[in-house]
Amino acid sequence: MSDNDLTRRTLLRRTAAAGLMATPAMGLLSACVTGGGEDEPANQAEGEKNAENPLGVDGNAPLEVVIFNGGYGEKYATDVHEPLYKAKFPNAQIKHSATQEIATTLQPRFAGGTPPDFVNNSGTKYMDFGTLIQDGQLQDLTELFAAPSVDDAAKKVSDTLVAGTVESGTYNGKPYVLNYVFTVYGLWYSEKLFKDKGWTVPATWTDFTKLLDTIKAAGITPYAYAGKNAPYYQYLVILTSAAKIGGPDILKNIDNLADGAWTAPAVKTAAQQWAEIGAKYMDKADEGLIHTEVQLKQNQGKVAFYPSGSWLEAEQSASTPEGFNYAVMPVPAADGATLPTGLYATAGEPYFVSAKGANPRGGMEYMRQMLSSKGAKGFIELNKSLTAVAGAEEGIQLSPGLTSASAVLKAAGPGVFSYRFDSWYKELDTELRTATNALMFGRENADQFCERMQKKADAIKADSSITKFTR
Amino acid sequence: MRHGKYPFVIGFLAAPVTIYVVFVIAPYAQAFYMALTNWRGLSPGQFIGLENFTRLFQDDVFWKALQHHGILLLALPLVTIIIALFLAFMLNVGGGSKQGIMTGVWGSKFYRVVFFLPQVLAVAILGVLFQSVYRPDGSGMINSLVTKIGLEPIGFLINPDLALWSIIAVLVWQAVGFYVVLFSAGMSNIPKDIYEAAMLDGATRMSMFFRVTLPLLWDTLQVAWVYLGIAAFDAFAIVQTLTVDQGGPDGSTTVIGMEIYRNAFTYSKYGYASAMGVALFFLTITFAALSLRVSRRESVEM
Repeated sequence: MSDNDLTRRTLLRRTAAAGLMATPAMGLLSACVTGGGEDEPANQAEGEKNAENPLGVDGNAPLEVVIFNGGYGEKYATDVHEPLYKAKFPNAQIKHSATQEIATTLQPRFAGGTPPDFVNNSGTKYMDFGTLIQDGQLQDLTELFAAPSVDDAAKKVSDTLVAGTVESGTYNGKPYVLNYVFTVYGLWYSEKLFKDKGWTVPATWTDFTKLLDTIKAAGITPYAYAGKNAPYYQYLVILTSAAKIGGPDILKNIDNLADGAWTAPAVKTAAQQWAEIGAKYMDKADEGLIHTEVQLKQNQGKVAFYPSGSWLEAEQSASTPEGFNYAVMPVPAADGATLPTGLYATAGEPYFVSAKGANPRGGMEYMRQMLSSKGAKGFIELNKSLTAVAGAEEGIQLSPGLTSASAVLKAAGPGVFSYRFDSWYKELDTELRTATNALMFGRENADQFCERMQKKADAIKADSSITKFTR
Repeated sequence: MRHGKYPFVIGFLAAPVTIYVVFVIAPYAQAFYMALTNWRGLSPGQFIGLENFTRLFQDDVFWKALQHHGILLLALPLVTIIIALFLAFMLNVGGGSKQGIMTGVWGSKFYRVVFFLPQVLAVAILGVLFQSVYRPDGSGMINSLVTKIGLEPIGFLINPDLALWSIIAVLVWQAVGFYVVLFSAGMSNIPKDIYEAAMLDGATRMSMFFRVTLPLLWDTLQVAWVYLGIAAFDAFAIVQTLTVDQGGPDGSTTVIGMEIYRNAFTYSKYGYASAMGVALFFLTITFAALSLRVSRRESVEM
């Protein structure tokens, strides 16, 4: 889920993609299709199933792994997970590659019928899951989750995961996607700055706005997000507020495209409150900046609160000054909210195995290794992020930001929620990004925001060409 | 050379024509077919006739993009050609006559190189460059000056009323250099004695420009107009790299290329994106044909 930044390199690649855009290039893409098409590979590698090899992997078959090179980098794959697989199957060749543009790089291969076995489908240019599933490209992971876990043969893999992980990758009843990283979302700040200034973390909305006043008086921008490429960080905040006011069903209705889901009073109130924050406590210029530019301002002590997920600390580690100490607070709830301690947290960072690849069993075994305690611990140590493997962080010295995230998570108890419309209906995601900027930077009010979103949701519901999902 | 003429010609043409058919004509044909399907990027889609086009004509975003192309189509060629003409004139005949030969203003050789430089830069680099030029806070290249004299920073790309014009400015900035060179070449073809005769008759620079240079440069201008018009149907790369939320704020800078990209690579609607591509193709062709016909006129005999 982490955002890839607009570096010169990605920019050049995007321009290359722009070259792809010309009409004839679309034809070339389709040319791949007519070549490959639907036929399943004749021979998918398969070995003998036994206690040591519950998924029946052919130990001699090569395995191709493609990693999204974003916030988590690729080191965890090359240094932790691939060696684990290799240790189990020493004869297996692992072909590793990493990219920042998953869709641009891999789409033609899926269309052509030669997909890689294992894919980390992430970043802003990930391939649409609905389309992949509709097309039968994703391996059903039921067998993996039912297999005995690496560490304890008496336990199934699914029993070792944080509750909700399997569901988060389930589409219309079947688990197709493994969401590996457990992410806590909230408002991030520098513990050091708050300590130096004597500010305390607010618990209620009134306290929150009071603190923002104090921060503003101190000459620091109280609240910021990057409008140019990260408005979805802010819409997550608005919808979290709405769920706290009206309960998590608010988000469920939005996901299910229920009638009037966006015009619910809770959504309206949340939009109103955040529009006020935008008008009073934000810097207009931030609409034109990207994630890293606004983050840099926070690292320099010019911005107090920044909404994001728990990958932030690791992603920023190179530019954060010594002793900055990231900490997170839950999105504050309106006074009198039904779920004041609620928290947006979910298993994210999706991985899948290609159903039409040469070695789907190897891909599933690779996942099983990722989900071992060794695999998870290695990831946590490298990336300072929690994984979907329950309790894997025990015994590891956690960074300040991660300690804070797990404390917030503990405090939320069962009040943890999330939405899924953003990956189900990308048109809705695009509209919400635009609407969020318009709301937060004062071009539209809360009513216009809700009506606009409802109109888009209704249009998607009425559009028969879009595959629908429910939860 | 009569003997074996055809084998010779065919031998030379076979390779380029084959390459052209395989890599240009065939993909075009396929894109036209794809526009009639609901292909989603993986296995082949179903044939759905003109449904994509019906959808397209009801799509607000498409019309908005079209409207932006309308503005671009007026502003980009006009501004670019005016500036380029002025600069080319100054570089070639603006300096007046020296020992009977018309010359450019002082240092014109240096200026020529400077003007052409933006043309050499890749569009992607231009995007990065103008990110810092247009940056909306006090650390932007323009806004650091603006704030220094005590004014509010200008939201070049975050003000919906201003964003498209900021994009047009970048496009003009990039294009001008090329047309300065093109027009210079055109002007150097105009016999010097015409200018001298005009000067002996006491013509001012202004009337020399309008009565001598412009009419004799008409063919070149026509080419420039068509080229710039076609460029006005693109603008994708700059919009993609520079604008807020890719085409924002509030869709105020989106162009058809941007929407094709979004529909194909974000929504996986390749069929629909192809329909947009086909629409764009016909728009461009129509524009080129129309403007060549409208601007046709007798070339001046010399």
